[in-house]
Amino acid sequence: MNPNAVRVIALFTLRESLRRRVFVVVAVLTVAFLGLYALGTWRLYAETDVNELDGTGVEIGVVAGATLLGLAMFGTLFLGTVLAVFLTLGAVRGDAERGLLQPLLVRPVSRATLLLGRYVAAAGVCALYVAAVFFAATVITWLLGDWWPDRVLGPVLGLMLGVAILAALSLAGSVYLSGTANGIAVFMVFGAGLVAGLLGQIGEALSSETLDDVSTLASWLLPFEGLYQAGLSGLTADTVGFTRFAINLGPFGGAQSAGPGLWLWAVVYLGLVGAWALRGFARRDL
Amino acid sequence: MPPALSVSGLEKAYGSVRALVGVDLEVGEGELVGLLGPNGAGKSTLVKIACGLVTPTSGHAAVCGERAGSVAAHRSLGYLAELFRFPDWCTGYELLELHQRLAESGGGAAERAELLELVGLPDAGDTRIGTMSKGMQQRLGIAQALIGSPRLLLLDEPTSALDPAGRRTVRALLEELRGRGVAVLLNSHLLSEVELVCDRVAIIDKGAVVAAGTPAELSHAGGVEVETAAGTRVFAHARRDDAPRIVRDLVAAGDEVYGVRVLSSSLEDAYLEAVGGR
Repeated sequence: MNPNAVRVIALFTLRESLRRRVFVVVAVLTVAFLGLYALGTWRLYAETDVNELDGTGVEIGVVAGATLLGLAMFGTLFLGTVLAVFLTLGAVRGDAERGLLQPLLVRPVSRATLLLGRYVAAAGVCALYVAAVFFAATVITWLLGDWWPDRVLGPVLGLMLGVAILAALSLAGSVYLSGTANGIAVFMVFGAGLVAGLLGQIGEALSSETLDDVSTLASWLLPFEGLYQAGLSGLTADTVGFTRFAINLGPFGGAQSAGPGLWLWAVVYLGLVGAWALRGFARRDL
Repeated sequence: MPPALSVSGLEKAYGSVRALVGVDLEVGEGELVGLLGPNGAGKSTLVKIACGLVTPTSGHAAVCGERAGSVAAHRSLGYLAELFRFPDWCTGYELLELHQRLAESGGGAAERAELLELVGLPDAGDTRIGTMSKGMQQRLGIAQALIGSPRLLLLDEPTSALDPAGRRTVRALLEELRGRGVAVLLNSHLLSEVELVCDRVAIIDKGAVVAAGTPAELSHAGGVEVETAAGTRVFAHARRDDAPRIVRDLVAAGDEVYGVRVLSSSLEDAYLEAVGGR
């Protein structure tokens, strides 16, 4: 592995995204997303008397803030996933079929180096992107609703690691699948993870052990989902009482917290995906 | 010093299709070898194995003594693929700079300018690749392949998109490279081009080398043709060495000789014979 070549390839990949105005498009659409989020937050707090309890001990402002930021977290993860997929979906097979990859691989650069360079660029951009968008949404919620989540760092790191995993899955998929098939596959995996998380929330509400087990298994198989759930849980980690109960009834309220085991597994999982990608790439005739 | 390229017993199968069935080939230091063969003969597979882009099923390939495909082998290699493509968003200089960094070449701007000059694109450094013609991109591809002063250059159909002037530029370039001691394996369908510049030729058909030698060795003697006052006479079995004796005999016999031409079959004839007329 040649660290200098990794850096050269990563920088060239980023320069391509800049030159093709990928980041301009992403920035414009992100501003639109955050604008809509700000509008929704402003309207909700304007129409809700957050200072009054509703007679049951529920703090409406906290419920509103947690629900809104949970929605922003979902939106951020989705946007980060779109970015990760489109930065990587044709990175190996697609580029090889177009004849772009071969001139690079004839240089004194191993296939592992090329793959890592592409990954560093894609995962780095996506991780910074989700961190920035989520932090912006948090600040918007605080400015317009005067509510700040119980944890910020944990959810941000969870989102960053989550999109890094999705970028790795997409890059590995690009070794084995055509660009279109890879894009479809990654989005279906992403959707499957979110559905499994939702099933877990329903399972908790209905006290269904089977649904809980399915959700737990999915979280381990697709750790980006577990990290997302842990992040959601962190937003209201210190909230208790009736307010906690009311949050749990919301669409983003049944999230599962996770211990350090999930983070460790997520890192190991990244390594396994990387090894799988490299194994396929090393054997591929170009 | 090990040969620039050494290939022995090379076999490659894509499923049930056998692309190479035991190829032996050597390209010496500073030697210019032409690789000929019909479409699907296995020429590009051979070149790609030498580059490490394709893994052989069996056999051995080495570049300057290093296993083909290894990072050490790539340090001695320059390559232009038949179906290459460069990022259309970057300029000629940016592409060359990328390859300089990957090849760890310290040539800097001077090397980039020299290579563009060498391939006849002195003013194309700031031109975006997407706006270049296919011929310009092919010349840029040759410049890219020469980054880092490789000891072995593998060129797969390097003149397919070039006009006659461009082909002449590439021929002159190949001769200059030979002068610098760079070995070249030239895969081309243009027999005349190969005949003009190559020291040796290997003809591949159905995955095997079916003929090899210098262009002169592959071209058979085709007789001697003499133009006399009585008309043109052909001595079908005569060779070049026989020409003075034939002229002496004719003059002694009272014929008037106006011209003598030694006939030989072309490389094209030898090629068609080797590949069964295909």
